[in-house]
Amino acid sequence: MGASMHADERFRALFEPRGVLVAGASTHPGKFGFVSLHNILASGFTGRVVATNLDGASVLGVDTVRSVEEIPSGEIDLVVVCTPRAANLDLLRACAGRGIRAAFLTTAGYGESGDEGRAAESELVALCDELGILLAGPNGQGVVSTPVGLCAQIVAPYPPAGSIGVASQSGNFVSSFLNWSVATGIGISRAVSAGNAAATTVADYLGYFADDPATAVSLAYVEGIADGRDFYERVREVARAQPLVLVKGGATSGGARAASSHTGALATDDRVFDGMCRQAGITRAATVEEAFEAAATFATQPMPRGPRTVVVTTAGGWGVVTADAISAHPELELVALPDDLRDTIDTMLPPRWSRNNPVDLAGGETRDTIPDVLDAIARHRDVDAIVYLGLGIQSNQAAMMANGPFYPDHGLERIVAYHRRQDERFARAASEISDATGKPILTATELAVADPSNPGPATVRATGRLCYPSANRAVTALWHLARVARTRRERAR
Amino acid sequence: MTTLSEADSKARLAPFGVPFPTEHLVETADAAVATAAALGGPVALKLCGDNIAHKTERGLVRLDVAEVDVRDAAAALLAAARPEDASTGVLVAPMVRGTRELIAGANLDPQFGMTVMIGIGGILAEALGDVAIRLAPITRRDALDMLDDLSSQAMLGPFRGEPAVDREAVAGVLLALSEAATDGDDVVSIDLNPLVIAQGRPVAVDALVEVR
Repeated sequence: MGASMHADERFRALFEPRGVLVAGASTHPGKFGFVSLHNILASGFTGRVVATNLDGASVLGVDTVRSVEEIPSGEIDLVVVCTPRAANLDLLRACAGRGIRAAFLTTAGYGESGDEGRAAESELVALCDELGILLAGPNGQGVVSTPVGLCAQIVAPYPPAGSIGVASQSGNFVSSFLNWSVATGIGISRAVSAGNAAATTVADYLGYFADDPATAVSLAYVEGIADGRDFYERVREVARAQPLVLVKGGATSGGARAASSHTGALATDDRVFDGMCRQAGITRAATVEEAFEAAATFATQPMPRGPRTVVVTTAGGWGVVTADAISAHPELELVALPDDLRDTIDTMLPPRWSRNNPVDLAGGETRDTIPDVLDAIARHRDVDAIVYLGLGIQSNQAAMMANGPFYPDHGLERIVAYHRRQDERFARAASEISDATGKPILTATELAVADPSNPGPATVRATGRLCYPSANRAVTALWHLARVARTRRERAR
Repeated sequence: MTTLSEADSKARLAPFGVPFPTEHLVETADAAVATAAALGGPVALKLCGDNIAHKTERGLVRLDVAEVDVRDAAAALLAAARPEDASTGVLVAPMVRGTRELIAGANLDPQFGMTVMIGIGGILAEALGDVAIRLAPITRRDALDMLDDLSSQAMLGPFRGEPAVDREAVAGVLLALSEAATDGDDVVSIDLNPLVIAQGRPVAVDALVEVR
């Protein structure tokens, strides 16, 4: 599919439809034809929703019609197909007759299931081509588009709105990324499962995201690739327009065998694929959480202007392992603390602070100065990024006090409120200072998962940023940003 | 598919700037002695022929041959030639000394097309598997990134009294491979094994080009 006006219009029909038709709506809550209609209605889709049902039964309060011919013409752009394979060619012809320009097929039994299925898939592709309908799937889980409140999926969840666009060769990977989105609050613009990718491939969706004003970062999962050279040329263009984070299944020979039986695509030599990613400026992540966190970081932090990183910590041990993690990444530098910055911090902290990087505040009474110290470090010309550790420990104690047998007496009510206020203030300061200086400040604490209601991580989330569940994961995400930033600087030369 | 002889492989790659030691093809042991004397110092001797591919396995490569031993070594190589080798003589080259070896090459990938490769060479090459690959054609930046991608960075720094690997020079070899591999459409693979690092500079002492 080229980048013609025609293709753009059809992608708009998929991601920003004025109305959606669910073909094969079912009254049985276990069927795809019920679930997809349910999810569209439950996510608050802003457009019109119509449905077909063999009996014309009412489903979830939607009055269905028996045939597509009965739906209004020119108001529905997208059909979500939940009917069996045998019905689909006639269905799509009728849909084209009503002005529908995009079809998402959840139907299985095509290319993934033997010769007969492959022949049916070829017929399907040829017909959609002839009708001018964008064919998504078949055998896919659906499409999500938060700008229009669309969750046309046969699976949960519906994620919060944001700027990450997801395209995946495996539907369950879409769910994984969306679940991470729900868990972290870092939102999604569009998400689509390519299914068998009979006509529209992951690279096609990514090409749309690259020009999509709602999408700032692309996140993709791929297994096999039919035409590697074509894929390379297209994703390289995407990565020039916006950060592209990619996970590939089948990196080992065992995984490759599993992948080829999964999607029927050929396995590639992983070292070739890896080099292709580096060459194209793609961020390749090893795991789903690494990929999501990298995409979330691209979406919510400024790009570092260089490698020089400072660790700010309220306790020594955390700083040490974080220094190790930074030193293990050649694109990051644990910068020696500049003399003038050391002098500045000397005026803010008692003499027992570390006086080097990591900046160990040495805990206790120095905590109140965290916003000032962060600000001084972030403003220094020789610092490009900050990793901030130790947020939420006071609130963690506050939670134990608030839930213990002595609360609210013995002064506990007051100290609990104070601790919580402080962590909120620190989290907010990290975000505001990052905004003011245009430098990334990544906050990491396991409390992000141990107790997401802790005012520290909860406030990070409220500022629209990711609270990293460990310093190592924050460093990995920062490394991905630094790598892309370096590539961009070198290409701009 | 055809594998070009070492001499033809080198002749094909040299115009693109792949650095080879100067070699002289001689037909007799006497000529080998005279050439070695003119070069001065120890030499490498190889039997050259259109159909010889596994020279090392067959003992057709003699390295570090002292001037007094050149006659016997050259005579032995000429005597070892089989009719099917289509032998054309013995290659005499100055001995390239270096404690480090890289491997470099190009390979036609079934899905991604022509690729360029650099890796840590030597006897541990396969066990290490430390290689970086890019799709041809590559840029100088890609070539330098490939070197950065190798895990064994200590092998590229100053090493046993030798200077650090000249990264720009190795990048130059990779660019030459990229060009040679994409010039025309008959190249299937190119192997420079080893790419010896001599005083920091890369020198390809062997080359095999496979064409279709």
